[in-house]
Amino acid sequence: MEEALSEIFLQFEGKREEIIPILQRVQENYTYLPEDSMRQIARFTKVPESDIYGVATFYAQFRFTPTGRNHICVCRGTACHVRGAPAILEEVAANVGLEDEGTTEDLEYTLETVACIGCCALAPAITYNEEVHGNLTKNKVRKLIKAEAGKNGSE
Amino acid sequence: MEANDKTVLICRGTGCESAKSPAIQTELMSGLQGSDVEVKFTGCHGMCQQGPIVIVEPQGTFYANVKLKDVEPIVGSLKNGGGPVEKLFYKDPATKEGLSTYHDIPFYSRQKRLVLQNCGRIDPEDIDDYLAEGGYEGLKKAIFDMTPDAVVQAVLDSGLRGRGGGGFPTGRKWKFTQDAPSDTKYVLCNADEGDPGAFMDRSVLEGDPHAVLEGMAIAGFAIGAQKGYIYCRAEYPLAIKRLQIAIEQARERGYLGKGIMDGDFDFDIDIFHGAGAFVCGEETALITSIEGNRGMPRSRPPYPAVKGLYDKPTLLNNVKTYANVRLIINNGADWFASIGTEKSKGTAVFALTGKIANSGLVEVPMGITLREIIFDIGGGMLDPNKNFKAVQTGGPSGGCLPESFLDTPVDYDSLIEAGSMMGSGGMVVMDEDTCMVDVARYFLDFTEKESCGKCVPCRLGTKQMLDILEDIVEGRGKPGDIELLEDLAVGIKAGSLCGLGQTAPNPVLTTLRYFRDEYEAHINHHACPAKQCKELITYHILDTCVGCGLCRRNCSTNAIIGEQKELHYIDQSLCHKCGVCFEVCPPKVFSVEIRTGEVKLVES
Ligand SMILES: Cc1cc2nc3c(=O)[nH]c(=O)nc-3n(C[C@H](O)[C@H](O)[C@H](O)COP(=O)(O)O)c2cc1C
Ligand code: FES
Repeated sequence: MEEALSEIFLQFEGKREEIIPILQRVQENYTYLPEDSMRQIARFTKVPESDIYGVATFYAQFRFTPTGRNHICVCRGTACHVRGAPAILEEVAANVGLEDEGTTEDLEYTLETVACIGCCALAPAITYNEEVHGNLTKNKVRKLIKAEAGKNGSE
Repeated sequence: MEANDKTVLICRGTGCESAKSPAIQTELMSGLQGSDVEVKFTGCHGMCQQGPIVIVEPQGTFYANVKLKDVEPIVGSLKNGGGPVEKLFYKDPATKEGLSTYHDIPFYSRQKRLVLQNCGRIDPEDIDDYLAEGGYEGLKKAIFDMTPDAVVQAVLDSGLRGRGGGGFPTGRKWKFTQDAPSDTKYVLCNADEGDPGAFMDRSVLEGDPHAVLEGMAIAGFAIGAQKGYIYCRAEYPLAIKRLQIAIEQARERGYLGKGIMDGDFDFDIDIFHGAGAFVCGEETALITSIEGNRGMPRSRPPYPAVKGLYDKPTLLNNVKTYANVRLIINNGADWFASIGTEKSKGTAVFALTGKIANSGLVEVPMGITLREIIFDIGGGMLDPNKNFKAVQTGGPSGGCLPESFLDTPVDYDSLIEAGSMMGSGGMVVMDEDTCMVDVARYFLDFTEKESCGKCVPCRLGTKQMLDILEDIVEGRGKPGDIELLEDLAVGIKAGSLCGLGQTAPNPVLTTLRYFRDEYEAHINHHACPAKQCKELITYHILDTCVGCGLCRRNCSTNAIIGEQKELHYIDQSLCHKCGVCFEVCPPKVFSVEIRTGEVKLVES
């Protein structure tokens, strides 16, 4: 078993009710849930692997493919919707080279939508690598993505 | 210089943090180093739209939209004892007059802040700030001066009803759980806040986390529980962090843990991170989720009060419900019952958003009208030239009320009577540019995705309704669609187990009730009155066009044709209707027009 995984398991007892926290820790570590880790979690908790998949697929937070280096979440909440979120989503997608939600082939960007970031007063809002950006327009989105790409390049 | 006991408060709620308030705090601190002015950060002040917000106490000087470059004049005025920095005052949207303190701003002066009294005033990461405001006095009083029965009685007498949406009398829930015989019981706090477009619970958790912990501990004492869990959605990292800090500090000081305040009451709280499922806000689903399962609701009875987490009696309340508890214990049930209306006591906290001038967090006494909230506190429309169309409350379970309902009092029963509901506190304002059919489609899209799939009418019915609504907004609506929607709504409401399905048709039903003409325009005339539905609109350049070429250069599909300084036109076969031409056309010229419906098209 991979070291990272056994280290995570050390913090748990392997009880049924720990499945969701374990999945969360594993995903935090790998950015997604690798197939092998699912098998290990099943062994560790003594719960059938199909059940572990059942739980993981139920919740929007969990994914089974790695994310890109930059993670963009576009809010689709009501406040953002009435203030133009659909146009923002289109603009983000176009600027990172995606049609819709997903990850670019070069693993540079992952684009997801979320139900609400909780910054509804600043609608429309997105998070770029966990940082919230509000009061967006198409123009601001374009500039933001350019500026962030510039940052990465110079590092 | 005269003695100075000024404090500078800088908001670091999620909204203001996204507008760089941490950097402003750092600058303020270094600028004021060595002076006797204290710099503190706080949770949300409520007026997120105007953030970052800086307040100077004791005067209450209110600075809005503070940028890094504004720190220098603020520091200058504080150090030299000069007058306040007038250019940073909040400007009244109507009179354009700068208002110097928050006491003068209608947004604040018309509110009644009880649950939010500490939000924006104390440092949420410092328990001493909370204690200085009378924190944990309620818990102390409950444990040492009251019996569990007296606590439950006080909550019953106060008339407090659940703030999570349903409005169930809190005291009765506490009584049921207290009466359920068991050695082990649990106290759960619902911080899932799934309603998209709402952030009341988040702001309370970020701004005053101890108030929630104190309420839960009092509940634990009253019902005889030793353990509590806060189910917080994972999208709220800052709230989780502040809760964690608060729990640790409360344990250190003996307000949580074994032998609270050296008495013999034990109570501890842990946080459970939700994993992104709206249905987990439903109480039985939330419990199954903590137990490590797919978060599917089960039928009730048995109610959680009898058989909840790990089959033990369990009390579940919303964040704001718990935040009210210490106020009731401290000030008495009669005091609480004197606020609000006959059947809805206390205050209501709303996240006021959408097409409104002052977006943010507001707290008002129950019974105030929607008009007062939207126009007096909220300052009216975001764009004063647009007309109010509807206000949405109750999130995906609620409804949209038109202008004729603006004088409806805000309380549990009046809103339900009007066809909407109180919900947990989202209030989204819509103007003439919002298409009501699209709003209904939006909510159905949400509930269809979030349906857990257990009940067939909910799983498949919402899908059918969504398909029809999509047809309508995309111009494929047929006569009979409206009636079919109404039929489906009845079936879904009757055939679903939990509140998600039982209320999912509400946004469609209320928009049909109050905005039926918009549905009919879409179906019968291929027209979207709000000019929002892409498939039903076309963009046109009028002959007032001066040929500046701005739209042509910005058009991503090269659909705009024309020579510089000459009339431009749009090739409809290439137009993707992104609306960029409409956005960039200079206001002086304003030559782009959106048309919708057969009638207009024939004209052109
Ligand atoms: C689909 C669904 C979602 C819900 N989401 C929430 C929520 O996010 N927060 C909340 O406090 N209550 C939510 N509720 C209501 C809870 O089931 C429960 O009634 C409430 O938390 C009880 O607390 P209260 O009595 O203090 O209001 C939801 C109910 C349903 C059916
Ligand atoms: S609706 Fe977008 S942040 Fe809440």
